[in-house]
Amino acid sequence: MLFRVELIKALFRWRTWALAVVLGGIPIILVISLVLSSQPTPSGDDAPPFYALILRSGFFTPLATLAVLQVFLLPLSASLLSADAVAGEASLGTLRYLLARPVGRRRLLLSKYGSAVTLVTALVLWVTVVGIVAGGLVYGLGPLPTLSGATLSPLGALWRIVVAALYISSGMAGLAAIGVFVSTLTVSAPGATVVTIGVAIVSQIVDSLSALRIVHPYLLTHYWLAFVDLFRVPVSWSAMTDGLVLHLAYAVVFMVAGVGVFQRKDVLA
Amino acid sequence: MSAIRVRSLTKSYGGQLAVNDLDLDVEAGSLYGFLGPNGAGKTTTIRMVLGLVFPSSGEVELLGEPLRQGAAALERFGALIEEPGFWPYLSGKRNLECYARAGGSADDRRARLARIDEVLEIAGLEHAGKKRVKAYSQGMRQRLGIALAILGDPEVLVLDEPTNGLDPQGMRSVRTLLRTLADGGTTVFVSSHLLSEVDLMCDRVGVLAHGRLVAQGTPAELRSKSERVTIEVNDVAGARRLLGEISGLHPVGTPNLEAAHGPGAGRLSVRTSDGLGAGAINRALVAGGIEVSALIPEHDSLEDVFMELVQGEDEAL
Repeated sequence: MLFRVELIKALFRWRTWALAVVLGGIPIILVISLVLSSQPTPSGDDAPPFYALILRSGFFTPLATLAVLQVFLLPLSASLLSADAVAGEASLGTLRYLLARPVGRRRLLLSKYGSAVTLVTALVLWVTVVGIVAGGLVYGLGPLPTLSGATLSPLGALWRIVVAALYISSGMAGLAAIGVFVSTLTVSAPGATVVTIGVAIVSQIVDSLSALRIVHPYLLTHYWLAFVDLFRVPVSWSAMTDGLVLHLAYAVVFMVAGVGVFQRKDVLA
Repeated sequence: MSAIRVRSLTKSYGGQLAVNDLDLDVEAGSLYGFLGPNGAGKTTTIRMVLGLVFPSSGEVELLGEPLRQGAAALERFGALIEEPGFWPYLSGKRNLECYARAGGSADDRRARLARIDEVLEIAGLEHAGKKRVKAYSQGMRQRLGIALAILGDPEVLVLDEPTNGLDPQGMRSVRTLLRTLADGGTTVFVSSHLLSEVDLMCDRVGVLAHGRLVAQGTPAELRSKSERVTIEVNDVAGARRLLGEISGLHPVGTPNLEAAHGPGAGRLSVRTSDGLGAGAINRALVAGGIEVSALIPEHDSLEDVFMELVQGEDEAL
């Protein structure tokens, strides 16, 4: 029941809609900029490889959008939605009333986590849909050329894009668990948000330093771009499987830690 | 049965004792006033009773059940803890609905909505239910807090300073509401730093100072606990010595010698307890050979008693 209450509350917050508008605007901006520039975006070493081929199919718009958003705006959304869990309710003064209903502390935290993951997944799917529509309107939804040279049918491209969106969401779910955990440590929701997004950024920086390669496989963000492997023929699943396991491990570890902290915590706010 | 039973409850925050070895019994069906100056430990006690703060030691029993996390007994409680807490972006009505559903009360939607309308009306917010809480005045928020506390038709109401932020008329309507609920069988445990409030409505009063319960009883008992008699005698020093030896009589204050009618004569204020009164003082003085020219019993207000109890505790520390 609490899970549904969380979703209802989110629907009545302008913040939720602002996120949807901002994120949904990105694929549109992307398409507009592509139309305005006759040349494809020059692709540097860091840019995801589809940039070079971006004009050939409308399916590239959602993929490019997801790759761009995954660096910062999606982690920011996941941080905002998850770091509110305890800290946000504490600063509103609603936490004590929820707990006195009584709502069990573990149930409260799990419902909060569930709703944060649901909302961030909904946002990922939303930008994917906007991307497909925007790209489709401008470039049409024709077959999609891939990195391995083969061309995917529109249907084959579509399911891969949906799987990519869900895979990206799993990475966000790992980050959201960190957000919920941090949220149990403070009564400041903005503080918890900053710490959580900070974790995602630092993780990406460390991941780019080759001298620290020994820790790379354990970084939350290390496998985030592995969804690119979906667009090889045949699909290479190994990196994505490692990524899913890692995201799940983060989710479990931080939720267990969060519940442990929260169940011993005096609620003074 | 006790609605709330607390035994040797202690809570320290980093070595600072907020609540110190507190015993408390709130009888089911009573309207219990929990009195104390700000910082006495009232809120900490209430938070421990509701399972928000964990005691350093001691026990809490709610309706005969030991309190554990998310204890079922809490479902039969309603609470207002310091400030009311609401989601500002939701309407008053939807706030109550979110709380009702979060608590997992499984009753059907129609019954739930009917109950929400009912408590909004009791709280005098029937026309503001659709308004966002953001736009509420402090008094309206407080009244919505009271509506939330009674939403689940609780057996026990725990209210921390419920009349905060209300105008005199609002305070009065809250007092009337609490009295009505208590008369209908609801146990009400209400904290306040306002004596007049507690005096007006409570069946029993507990006085907390520095985390300890310094007195407990009906308002009348507390008042009689410490009656004062002003005496006028011909030998103040002698009267003071004589009365000081009798347990239950406590000469207090500086003898007022300005009213003297002779050397050593004057007025003295004596606090009485243990059922002793003006008669006992008179008998003792006359037997001791002291001339009594006046005996004036003075009923203290609860406020005087309270100040004395709290100050006595201050001096003891």
